[in-house]
Amino acid sequence: MSLLLLIAGLPTAAAAAYLLMTSPTGAALDAMAGRELLVQIVYLISSVLFVLGLRSLTKPDQARRGMQLAALGMVFAIVGTMLNQGILTYSWIIGGLIIGTVLGYPLGKFVPMTAMPQRIAFSHMFGALAATLVGVGEYYHDIQVPGAPGIERFKMAAIGFEVLFGSLTVTGSFMAFGKLQEFITGRPITFKGQNLFNLALFASALGCFVWLIFNPFDVRVFYVMLAVGFAIGILMVLPIGGADMPVVVSLLNSYAGLAASATGFAIDNNVLIIAGALDGASGFILSIIMSKAMNRSFGNVLFGAFGSAVTASGKTSEGLVAKSISAEDAAVQLAYAGRVVFVPGYGMAVAQAQHQVRELAELIEKNGGEVKYAIHPVAGRMPGHMNVLLAEANVPYDKMYDMDEINDSFAETDVTVVIGANDVVNPAAKNDKTSPIYGMPILNVSESRNIIVLKRGMNPGFAGIENELFFDEKTNMLFGDAKSSLTKLVSEVKGL
Amino acid sequence: MTATQIIQLYVFILAGFVGFLVITKVPPLLHTPLMAATNAISGISLVGSIVLSGGQYGKVSTILGFIAVICAMTNVVGGFIITDRMLSMFKRADSKPNAPQDTTGGAA
Repeated sequence: MSLLLLIAGLPTAAAAAYLLMTSPTGAALDAMAGRELLVQIVYLISSVLFVLGLRSLTKPDQARRGMQLAALGMVFAIVGTMLNQGILTYSWIIGGLIIGTVLGYPLGKFVPMTAMPQRIAFSHMFGALAATLVGVGEYYHDIQVPGAPGIERFKMAAIGFEVLFGSLTVTGSFMAFGKLQEFITGRPITFKGQNLFNLALFASALGCFVWLIFNPFDVRVFYVMLAVGFAIGILMVLPIGGADMPVVVSLLNSYAGLAASATGFAIDNNVLIIAGALDGASGFILSIIMSKAMNRSFGNVLFGAFGSAVTASGKTSEGLVAKSISAEDAAVQLAYAGRVVFVPGYGMAVAQAQHQVRELAELIEKNGGEVKYAIHPVAGRMPGHMNVLLAEANVPYDKMYDMDEINDSFAETDVTVVIGANDVVNPAAKNDKTSPIYGMPILNVSESRNIIVLKRGMNPGFAGIENELFFDEKTNMLFGDAKSSLTKLVSEVKGL
Repeated sequence: MTATQIIQLYVFILAGFVGFLVITKVPPLLHTPLMAATNAISGISLVGSIVLSGGQYGKVSTILGFIAVICAMTNVVGGFIITDRMLSMFKRADSKPNAPQDTTGGAA
């Protein structure tokens, strides 16, 4: 908390120091300083509200109120900026604000929860585009307008960083959006010498960046850097598979934040620096959590082209037979089970089966059973994806358990129902050193007394790896679309 | 580097620390709302966009700023609405019987 106060105090201290250094005597100038001081105080309040808003997300029952405070903080920041002395015309601003509101409202109100991963990727693109355009505009103003004041190195570095990170986030997010929306194939796209080519692109962008710091008037280099940034975004996401999108989306979240922060450095604005740094930290932490949950390094996610070379390794299923079960028999098992755990995966999201899951769970509870939901950190296509879908279906959040919370209790579970999850329950991650997912933390589903797996068919999951859980003698496969299987189960359990 | 720039670096690094400390405590349960929330907050680029668009820096800058204002405002409005929508869905099992208490929160 003391750190919070410290950070909150800094911008005011900076503003005060700035005023002391720059305000000469004279009534007119004092009035200006007063306005500037007001703007800085408003920014300070917004910064504090942003931090409090994010902090409220640590407690689910306070989160909503907290985020409303953060939204208020944003209103303050906008109003404060409008008071800025440097703003001379308002028509373009107000036009932009109105258009943005008209576009943003449906994106917030009507996008279904199942489309959340692509929706988030899409809006990273918007955020990064705004930062990039501001960077280009600032540069253009400082360099190219006749009689321009020029640009000093620190500011050039900030603008360069902003434009580089902004541009690669714009195209990178667009690619992630495309892969999640599936108008670009979710499979990794690779070509010979790809990593070397990407590395060369990175190096050239970095070269442009350093060159500009010392030669800011080299306009052509600036636009080359911008173009290379766009290219990097596309090429960086191209070889990354759909299942790795949680890491990518989180990383792009971080980049969008850092680009905003760099804008703050470029135009000397603390609220931008603070909010950008918060976003940058958030995205960075999320991508680390996601990588850990897949037991992979950043480098491996970004350059590994997971899934392309996988088919050669890992156990095959030859000679093994998976038992299938009818909906009637599965219903009997579930109806009289004492402890049931549901393990949702991307398959549940695709089938939009969350409502049927909740319906089935309520029937089991009515029969006196206890139901829990076990959620792996990388289940789905973004951090927390499953939690949001279940919450949408009115599943209370105190029944959703993280991997670490629930892993020890599978042994006491009568029936575990796996709904469209695959790699996150694959025991090969524990006991098969040749498996590409070896070492990845998984849900210990195989320890439970009975397992029912809802699956469309026997083809392997996204990582392309066979899952020996399906051939376990405790496992019964219920084939079919998750939603219709669950609907059948619900009516069977009702009929018992 | 000037004194202001040093202070900017201080602000950046300390804000990063605060972000790190706060966000490591967010449970996985709320990671999707967290992403939506940071997305909305990253709409703070709006501040830079407004200055660029209204500063009479020339036609090119005004138009770039105008587009940036649209993009950032879209994120702000859409981001905060969707975060609120998501968070309103997260309920405890025991909050169902106390429906009246819950609706006061929902109406706000």
